[in-house]
Amino acid sequence: MDGAAPLFGMEGISKRYGGVSALEKASLTLHAGRIHALLGENGAGKSTLIKIMSGVVQPDEGSLTFDGRDIRFPSPTAANQAGIVCVFQELSLVPDLSVADNIFIADPPRRFGLIDRTAQRRMAEEWLARAGAEDVHPLAPIKDLPLSRRQMVEIAKALARKPRILILDEATSALTAADVGKILAVLKRLRDEGLALLYISHRMQEIEELADDCTVFRNGRNVATYPAGSKSDREVVELMIGREYSHVFPPKPPPVPAATPPILEARGLTWTNRLHDISLTIRPGEIVGLGGLDGQGQRELLLALFGVLRGLSGDIRVDGKSVTIGSPSEAKAARIGMALIPEDRKTEGLMLPMSVRDNLSFAALDGLSKGGFIDRAAEERAVGEMLRLLAIKTAGIDVPVGTLSGGNQQKVVIAKWLMLAPRIILLNDPTRGIDVGTKQEIYQLLRKLADQGVAILFYSTDYDELIGCCERVLVLYDGHVGRELAGDALTEHELVSSALNMTAKPGTSAPAQAFGA
Amino acid sequence: MSDWRYRFAEHRGTLLAALVFVAMFGVYVGNHSAGFSANVVQTAANKGVLLALLAIAQTFVVLTSGIDLSVGAMFILANCLASWIVVGSPAMTALGVAGVLLTGLVCGGVNGAVVIFGRLQPIVATIASGAIYFGIALALRPNPGGDVNSDLADALTGQLWGGIPASLVVLLAVVLAIWLPFRRSALGRAVYAVGSSEVAAYMSGVETRRAKFAAYTLSGLFAAMGGLMLAFFTYSGEASSANAATYTLNSIAAVVLGGVSLFGGTGSAVGAIFGALIFRTINDLLFVFDLDPLWQPLFLGMVLLISVCIGSVRLLRVRNRLDLFG
Amino acid sequence: MSQDQAKPAPFRLPPVLRNIDGAVATAFACIVALLLIGSLYSSNFLSADYLLQQLQVGSFLAMAATGMMIVVLLGQIDLSVPWVMTVGAMMSTAAAGWGPAGVWAAIPIGILCGMIFGLVNGIGVAYLRVPSMIFTLGTNAVAQGLMIVRTGGAAPQDMATGPMRALATGRIVGGIPNAVWIWVLIGAATVFLLKRTTFGRSVYAIGNSERAAYLSGSRTRRVVVLAFVMSGALSAFGGVLLAGYSTKAYQGMGDPYLLPAIAAVVLGGTSILGGRGTYLGTVAGVILITLLQSILSIMQIDESIRQIVYGLTIILMLLLYGRSAALRT
Repeated sequence: MDGAAPLFGMEGISKRYGGVSALEKASLTLHAGRIHALLGENGAGKSTLIKIMSGVVQPDEGSLTFDGRDIRFPSPTAANQAGIVCVFQELSLVPDLSVADNIFIADPPRRFGLIDRTAQRRMAEEWLARAGAEDVHPLAPIKDLPLSRRQMVEIAKALARKPRILILDEATSALTAADVGKILAVLKRLRDEGLALLYISHRMQEIEELADDCTVFRNGRNVATYPAGSKSDREVVELMIGREYSHVFPPKPPPVPAATPPILEARGLTWTNRLHDISLTIRPGEIVGLGGLDGQGQRELLLALFGVLRGLSGDIRVDGKSVTIGSPSEAKAARIGMALIPEDRKTEGLMLPMSVRDNLSFAALDGLSKGGFIDRAAEERAVGEMLRLLAIKTAGIDVPVGTLSGGNQQKVVIAKWLMLAPRIILLNDPTRGIDVGTKQEIYQLLRKLADQGVAILFYSTDYDELIGCCERVLVLYDGHVGRELAGDALTEHELVSSALNMTAKPGTSAPAQAFGA
Repeated sequence: MSDWRYRFAEHRGTLLAALVFVAMFGVYVGNHSAGFSANVVQTAANKGVLLALLAIAQTFVVLTSGIDLSVGAMFILANCLASWIVVGSPAMTALGVAGVLLTGLVCGGVNGAVVIFGRLQPIVATIASGAIYFGIALALRPNPGGDVNSDLADALTGQLWGGIPASLVVLLAVVLAIWLPFRRSALGRAVYAVGSSEVAAYMSGVETRRAKFAAYTLSGLFAAMGGLMLAFFTYSGEASSANAATYTLNSIAAVVLGGVSLFGGTGSAVGAIFGALIFRTINDLLFVFDLDPLWQPLFLGMVLLISVCIGSVRLLRVRNRLDLFG
Repeated sequence: MSQDQAKPAPFRLPPVLRNIDGAVATAFACIVALLLIGSLYSSNFLSADYLLQQLQVGSFLAMAATGMMIVVLLGQIDLSVPWVMTVGAMMSTAAAGWGPAGVWAAIPIGILCGMIFGLVNGIGVAYLRVPSMIFTLGTNAVAQGLMIVRTGGAAPQDMATGPMRALATGRIVGGIPNAVWIWVLIGAATVFLLKRTTFGRSVYAIGNSERAAYLSGSRTRRVVVLAFVMSGALSAFGGVLLAGYSTKAYQGMGDPYLLPAIAAVVLGGTSILGGRGTYLGTVAGVILITLLQSILSIMQIDESIRQIVYGLTIILMLLLYGRSAALRT
């Protein structure tokens, strides 16, 4: 770091929620014209730090300085006025309005008191171009744009506020590989023009390319700040998880013999423009992984198998017999026995205000009832057993499931499906946003289930997980199966290059892609 | 070229409603014994303008993804109040008109305050406030009666040069003076934003509370305008609960027919006006085709039901069933 | 996704849980308060006779409110209550005149007609995904249209059957009106349905998150259709009872029941957004509204003041416990 005066600093920041400390005397310093990467596992305090920086939340103690002066941000508007702009991950775009309307939604150019549409449109085009999104039409409604384009508009919107500090909180997670490259170039150019950037990402490759300085947070504290590149990946990971980075995965048994008749087969699955001719085979006892960058069709593939998609062409066979699955209720039926742990547990996996018991028993309710009447005793037994089996920490079975921690919530989702004793389990990034301890428990659980003969299809954005849990990984690219990696070929390098659709270069090593997602 | 495509797509609902109305009205006039005469148009306009004003009122609130079940009550309240104070000398009459409109603003403002600061759901809040407003109307006019300044009434409900109904001109005037500038203003856009995604609007620094308050207040204003016009048509005030309920529900139908989404964020008051006119013309069509008046309510109901199902055709294009859920 | 393990303000659940009991408690407290205020006017208010009569009158509203509650729990609304009630009344009284079997077939036919409308509502909302507010508005208009055609717009002359009158006005058991017993029975069945059946569990689940319920393998569309069928049946049955009470059906007899039904459901603590509410609350809401209307009428308070008091009471009570969460983080 050079000796120039810092642009922005946070010192001794603490924030408590209830009895839990989100930040403990945390600190951070940003300099103009430098990109500062912020790393840490989920729960380390990065989100809270950003909320304090952007005025959404107030710290319990500590100070902020901007341009050398003490400052407070009592509201998001105050932070914006100081020149701090945040690109949100949960997009802040209004779906029914146009791109131009969204970029200037809070302070549009005016003429005679009304919005000057021509000026707004022209300015929008400029900012879209500066954000590398020239192909987005300023009059297009946001709801018609794919997720990656929306993210670029979000970035253009942030740039149009003319920030002095730009915060990007995993802003590239929805982007295609090509867009990521464009955005990185844009960010570097902004840095050269004097902008200070705070960049949060779990993609080490991007951080390596972008960052000037790095800070690692753990348990609400700044545990290390160092120039980018001065620490190895292993050291960084150890800083993040606070202990020696050792294997956290249960040992893998020898692969299931290929001659074993498969439980699930798919041939030539095609759906709109998101899935192209995908074929796969899963045998009982196998954990098969799905890899690749976000948005290459992994989510759609799982939904397709689970009966959620319409207009799916291709053949799906269970136990060798061709089946048509028209809905999740058909998929979970005994003759197929499929389960799906969905992507977003809060909106797709759980009914948050309902009790732990109601959520746990919901999928298996038919089996716990006779003629539509629920057998309460059987329900309680089953629920109790699941709580025990998965070691779910809860104050009771009648508390709302929304009060549980993220890890325990995910365990409830998994337990809900395990009550049905499924034979095929599909998982959509199950450990996203979960603490390390629970992750390990989930890995053990999956291995145990596989040993009992369950077939598992496991999509993850965490390459270590894929390598550690799966015997084979199908790397998807643009809706196709790019490559299938197994055995010795299942390495981070191969996963990364297949994800980027590059052919393997022997002898070179690429950094591990993702940690603690 | 693609600019026009986007602007067209944005107003699709309104244009469709306009088209349907023109077609229907054409059929109506074509089959009316008196043909396309000024009187035919004037009668149709007078009946249509009342519902149109209420439809505009409802539009403001529906755009914020709320609903205003008190528009009918505010309408009747304005009508009863007008039958008391819109009388006398031109100055008195003008004051009376201002008083009625102000009352509408206040009623709408109260609705807005209850929804925004009380954080009550619009549907129940406006049911309750509607009862209150109707109670006040009933207190004003326990029995039908009163009077309005007949010069003003005749002027606004009669015909202008060329046979153009004055009521249509009034409608056009308020649309030009209030709706169009509102729509183009930052506040108007904020109303759309709030209806489309209140969370995204809030996170982007949009003044969501101000936008909602404006929507409810304007709703009260336009309901009061409707009440005024009703007084001008009937020369009296009447606190009829049946009327209040009917106009409220009809305003919702008009708004939907006019392409405004009940989920908020899309649609236009202009579309709602056409929706109101369509609603009115259906009735008139039945009359013109000599349909047994006994069958008219059923026909009206079926047309309403079928037209709201037309939007479901888009479901055929849905490929991911998760998109069916909000 | 960057996320903290430590959550900001708890997921607002303890207050909500408190709300459900709070709502019911508040509603019952208001009922007691009303009775006390009324007793200041006349000691008759606390007499068993008066209370039973209120319960009897309230049972008609209760039918509509019960059906409405089930639909509201789903996150939907049923605005076809007014004319489906009237359909139930008119068709059952009409059936009474269809030969000797008519006397026994009257009530089932009335209910069946209500179920048909409920089925149409359910299909429109669940399969065609039309917002329930506008679709049920349409079916209400169609129901009205059908009845006008049937009756020629005049008041029907068909008489209610003996059983209908007995149900609505008789007192067979212990001096308590039959209508009240019916309410008790249907109420008990509803509580059982909501708490002890897979259907009931699904209703709450769909009201909380139709997406999550669907992905858990629930047949959400069937549940929605069934809920509307129940609402239609209950509304029609309410109409049947009303016809029994008035011995005849008449135009527009269901109109005064729509807004009070919605109000009763909401005052009882059921969220209009769906997913939470108890039947006990709806019972309290119905009694509260019935009492309120009755007391205002007995005190010979002018209709205009009655309306205002009615509206103010609803708003004030909702401000106590019906408020939504603020949008701040």
